[in-house]
Amino acid sequence: MLFRNVAELVELAESKQVKIAEIMIQQEIEVTGLSREEIIAKMDRNLTVMEQAVERGLNGVTSVSGLTGGDAVLLQKYIQSGKALSGNILLDAVSKAVATNEVNAAMGTICATPTAGSAGVVPGTLFAVKEVLNPTRMEMIEFLFTSAAFGFVVANNASISGAAGGCQAEVGSASGMAAASIVELAGGTPRQAAEAMAITLKNMLGLVCDPVAGLVEVPCVKRNAMGASNAMTAADMALAGITSRIPCDEVIHAMFLIGQSMPSALRETAEGGLAATPTGRRLEAEIFEKKN
Amino acid sequence: MKYRSAFDIIGPVMIGPSSSHTAGAARIGRVARTLFNRLPKKAVISLYGSFAKTYKGHGTDVAIVGGLLDFDTFDERIPTSLQLAEEAGMEVVFQVEDTVTEHPNTVRINLYDNQGDLEVVGISIGGGTIEITELNSFELKLSGEHPAILVVHNDQFGVISAVTQILANHEINIGHMEVSRKEKGKMALMVIEVDQKIDQEIMTEIEKLPNVTQTIRMVD
Repeated sequence: MLFRNVAELVELAESKQVKIAEIMIQQEIEVTGLSREEIIAKMDRNLTVMEQAVERGLNGVTSVSGLTGGDAVLLQKYIQSGKALSGNILLDAVSKAVATNEVNAAMGTICATPTAGSAGVVPGTLFAVKEVLNPTRMEMIEFLFTSAAFGFVVANNASISGAAGGCQAEVGSASGMAAASIVELAGGTPRQAAEAMAITLKNMLGLVCDPVAGLVEVPCVKRNAMGASNAMTAADMALAGITSRIPCDEVIHAMFLIGQSMPSALRETAEGGLAATPTGRRLEAEIFEKKN
Repeated sequence: MKYRSAFDIIGPVMIGPSSSHTAGAARIGRVARTLFNRLPKKAVISLYGSFAKTYKGHGTDVAIVGGLLDFDTFDERIPTSLQLAEEAGMEVVFQVEDTVTEHPNTVRINLYDNQGDLEVVGISIGGGTIEITELNSFELKLSGEHPAILVVHNDQFGVISAVTQILANHEINIGHMEVSRKEKGKMALMVIEVDQKIDQEIMTEIEKLPNVTQTIRMVD
């Protein structure tokens, strides 16, 4: 292993004067024994799956339960109306994150980043900033390797599972990964990428996993929306030169400890939080009545 | 390190909605199928923790059965696997368990046909990554991502070195290895994850060793 934590990852990239994406590619070559070309081709295929999922979502889908679908379309129409307040790039990222998760909820084909429930944030932000930064295909593939590097650290030192660590471990991790990748694609330094990850994750600490009826729909789709906007904002903050007072690795460890102390009812059991609200319970009853 | 590859994080490509409860579940089912090495006549699937609470919403049931039918995580037949299993002649029974397990996403799969039976316990640890933690009540750790050899043998001196010698002769490198036994001097299990492909010839050689009772090959 070339790196075990964010500090080592940043140091490696700085000393070798390469992108974080390059460190991840080198580690992948070392671990799997595959060639650089094979590894890049594999990520290229994942990128294609993400493109197809966003496209499908932007055309409008509805989930089997009927709880989610169609919001990505609404948001795109709103952007086109020219009345949007929070900026078109930001809202584009939000709508593309929603699009991906709507496809996921409809049992469509997606690429987990790092999980299926949080699969919207990384591609959503990538395809939105793509419109302004005009990256090459290779730079888009590198965006995914940078996300992989940060996600790798979180997965091994904390958790990326909602059942183990709550939504902070899923959408929180995804948003941190995306923020770091946006910074790197925009020309920021490896250190700034780590700051963006830290700033994002700090603001998602404590987020519980409380899916209504146990479905990856409510509130998952909208949490991806907020995760994408969180990532975009944190990336801009880091690019502006703002740093996190708590180092990224310590934020990740805090997330792990918070997950450990989270009650089971708030870790993907559909027993607490939004799942246990009167409306959550009513929707659950209606869905399973319809199914049986 | 539980996660080794960039593609554990960016991936798998899968049918929604949940990487742990759908893709991971399909992978556990598929490893069980590989270990059984044929389509079972009957499968009893016991769900624990979060799997037990939310399996209907996440499609965990269709995913595990899809895995038992040898479908990959992105196979579009997964949503209809229950019907496909019935057509293929596999009886499926689901059991929801109350017992608290160490990992919240745990499933026990019992497979049967007239040639034998197999019991596998698997956990889905997040992002589609899985571990097999028990095989026929032997404790083990198997990711299912690498080629592996499982050797059931008598707990006697010399068996481990004889098996590893065969692998060395064929220039096969061992990535992870562990041995467990139920009782001293009785039955034991060797789990060997390797970096290279394992040919049938090697398996036959291992099977012929004294004190080896059964071998299973897991292909990538």
